[in-house]
Amino acid sequence: MENRSQFLNQLEQILPLVEKPGRYVGGEYNSIQKNWNSIETKIGLIFPDIYDIGLSNLGIQILYEKINQEFDLLAERAYAPWLDMEKLLKENNIPLFSLESKTPLSKFDILGFTLPYETLFTNTLNILNLAHIPIHSNERNENFPVIIAGGHATYNPEPMSAFIDAFLLGEGEDIILDFIHEFQKLKNKGVDKNTLLFSLSQIPGLYVPSLYKPIYQSDGTIEKIDRVDPLVPEIVTKRIVGKLPFIPKKFIVPSISVVHNRISIEIMRGCTRGCRFCHAGMVNRPVRERSVDEIVEGIQEAIDNTGFEEIALLSLSSSDYTNIGELLDKISERFVGQNLKVSLPSLRIESFSIDLMEKLKGARQGGFTLAPEAATDRMRNIINKPISDEQLLSTAREIFKRGWHTIKLYFMIGHPSETLEDVKAIANLCKQVLSEGHKAIGKRASVHAGVSTFVPKAHTPFQWVACDNPETIKMKQELLRNELKGPGLKFNWTDPKETMLESWLSRGDRRLSKVIEFAWEGGAKFDAWQDMHNHEIWMESFEKAGLNYEYYTNRTRFTDEIFPWDHISTGINKSYIFEEYQNSLNQKLRNDCREQCYACGIIQNFKDVRQINPGNSWMCPEVTLKSRKNEISLPN
Amino acid sequence: MKSRYRINYSKNELMRYTSNLDVQKSWERTFRRARVPIAYSQGFHPQPKIQLACPLPLGFLSENEILDFVTEEKLVIPNLETQLAEKIPPGIQINEINEVELNQPSLQVQTRAAQYRMEFLNQLEFSKLSADINLLLRKDNIIRTRRGKTYDLRPLILDLVVFEEESLPKIRITLSALENATGRPEEILDELLIPFQSVRITREITLLK
Ligand code: SF4
Repeated sequence: MENRSQFLNQLEQILPLVEKPGRYVGGEYNSIQKNWNSIETKIGLIFPDIYDIGLSNLGIQILYEKINQEFDLLAERAYAPWLDMEKLLKENNIPLFSLESKTPLSKFDILGFTLPYETLFTNTLNILNLAHIPIHSNERNENFPVIIAGGHATYNPEPMSAFIDAFLLGEGEDIILDFIHEFQKLKNKGVDKNTLLFSLSQIPGLYVPSLYKPIYQSDGTIEKIDRVDPLVPEIVTKRIVGKLPFIPKKFIVPSISVVHNRISIEIMRGCTRGCRFCHAGMVNRPVRERSVDEIVEGIQEAIDNTGFEEIALLSLSSSDYTNIGELLDKISERFVGQNLKVSLPSLRIESFSIDLMEKLKGARQGGFTLAPEAATDRMRNIINKPISDEQLLSTAREIFKRGWHTIKLYFMIGHPSETLEDVKAIANLCKQVLSEGHKAIGKRASVHAGVSTFVPKAHTPFQWVACDNPETIKMKQELLRNELKGPGLKFNWTDPKETMLESWLSRGDRRLSKVIEFAWEGGAKFDAWQDMHNHEIWMESFEKAGLNYEYYTNRTRFTDEIFPWDHISTGINKSYIFEEYQNSLNQKLRNDCREQCYACGIIQNFKDVRQINPGNSWMCPEVTLKSRKNEISLPN
Repeated sequence: MKSRYRINYSKNELMRYTSNLDVQKSWERTFRRARVPIAYSQGFHPQPKIQLACPLPLGFLSENEILDFVTEEKLVIPNLETQLAEKIPPGIQINEINEVELNQPSLQVQTRAAQYRMEFLNQLEFSKLSADINLLLRKDNIIRTRRGKTYDLRPLILDLVVFEEESLPKIRITLSALENATGRPEEILDELLIPFQSVRITREITLLK
């Protein structure tokens, strides 16, 4: 206790010295602090970026609430301290602590990292280090917390395999408690770490990297992936929930302003469009929708519980939500006049989208966003996002006529086989949209073009293709910069170096663990922050690790290549993804699979889940298996 | 009928680093959670009619903050108290709620002075501190510059005592808080060459005219 009051005194004198001390205080409305000493198992949930960004992460909110509902568990949160705080923690030898009870992270039983994107990898190492926990999985015995991770970037867990004990693949809502309960059982038996990890590997969806060993061929590609024991699952398939889980009711309301001060409500999960570049569209299948009533009630409850002034309806493609019109009508009916802002992302390029936005009062302020992604028909066929110029222009015309002054257009450069002509078409299309604006409302019209660079991702049909090299990217961006000049036009792009980083990390193998480690040792952190990203450190780290980054970024993969993530399944069969790759090479479109199922593997791999969740909340066909009994059982 | 209410509240450790703007936001959200019918201004960006008396610098605690808000309807105060009790964030405690006249001048205009308590977090020699303070108070002027303007801090100090409690020295000080004539406790610390991070400052009283 003496120590504790000394620590609190120290902390009180450090906080006035840092920027936004409120990041490290906790005690927000709806945050939960249980009695540490009366709880059996303590879990630290960590978003490895600063509080301002991490607080509103939906995944953490869901798990936080879910875990804390259990009487014998507690969940507390931690985020990456900003540089000023990191420095003071180190100088004062204070280990990184949780927000709620200010307990050092090393005292928790389990630490769970959310990794939605690859640029958080170095921060993860940094946080372990600041918590005085060895970064390598094999340097931590059973006296250290078990380190787990999940989130979109972990569908290829290999680059982080040296640091993380176990990955929870897929939707965390169910697997988290399965995992914790198994952990409790094993812990009570007093098993050692190896036994613990082996037993955990028997939980479906749980991947323990140390139990697998990739064998490389002389050209660097993988010959096969060995397992240390035949009882270890050959393929680990992600977990899904049959029905979208409860809407978090008690979002934490920050006491300081953060990036997203709002309630986020998923109206559906997954997407049936099948855009070939889209990681989220592949890894989040199947599509499951919530009912209109559930959403409206959820919003009401969330407002009553938080008092937030903004609500974000989340989905990968809002226009595809079956009853979108009805939903927005009900929302505006119920919440009009309450000074609330409702935002709706990802609308299709059609005039119906304007009707939808008009239902949301005050939506005109921010500009109207459309994402054509490509500007020529050839490109659109390759990426499987068909939309005609005429449709885009007529939608734009209508948007300007109905009172918006700004249209934001999102494109990507670097799609496979893209030429400078395809890039130039982006600029032309933006200008055509602007001239529609001029015709409709004169000089007030403006077009903002946001052009990011495509990064091929694991588990998508483009996992075989090469990423553009930095020179090509620069050339394409230069072209756009020259073209997209002048009044009413604005152009944003991504730093090619950042694209490179994302590119080698997202399709990396285990050997990249060394590169990540060296980069972190060299000072790389906050790689998601443009001004923090240090390309030189990464280049040196590749060299130090004896690897060539171009092998990971600029190489077209062999058609029969075994990928480092092939033992991880998103439920979609590799054969289907390959078929889609072939279709892209042949510029062949494939329809929305809501219209017709293309048997991507989801229904086959999750037939049990579908069977106990019949009806039209899923967009996949029904499964009728008359002779089958309920065969769902967990091994062990 | 539009009505105006005044809340007197304390701000504790958990909201110590919440800025005035964010405190205002916290109240706005508290009122929404409690379904208190706050009145909003007209116009393109309607703003809730919530007003703080005297800005509290970041990092200060307070036992006596004053806030006015206007509602669309007349409310029953005991009901309002229970309604709010469950909905305030842990960093705030309500001390008192009263109704005030709707057309009173704004709270900022009404604020006259504020009394603060400064507690030292580390050992400090009491006699040395008192001597330094006496020296400071004996001056006719304490000329300082803030944001490029020079001003005299001395007349802004309305009262100052040093005392000892639990063997740690403390200062109680009253500073003017008029518009254009506001004294800040950390300026006194600066004059005494004491680093601000080693002192816990709590506003004890906000004095209205
Ligand atoms: S199983 Fe069929 S309907 Fe379901 S996601 Fe795959 S292709 Fe689409």
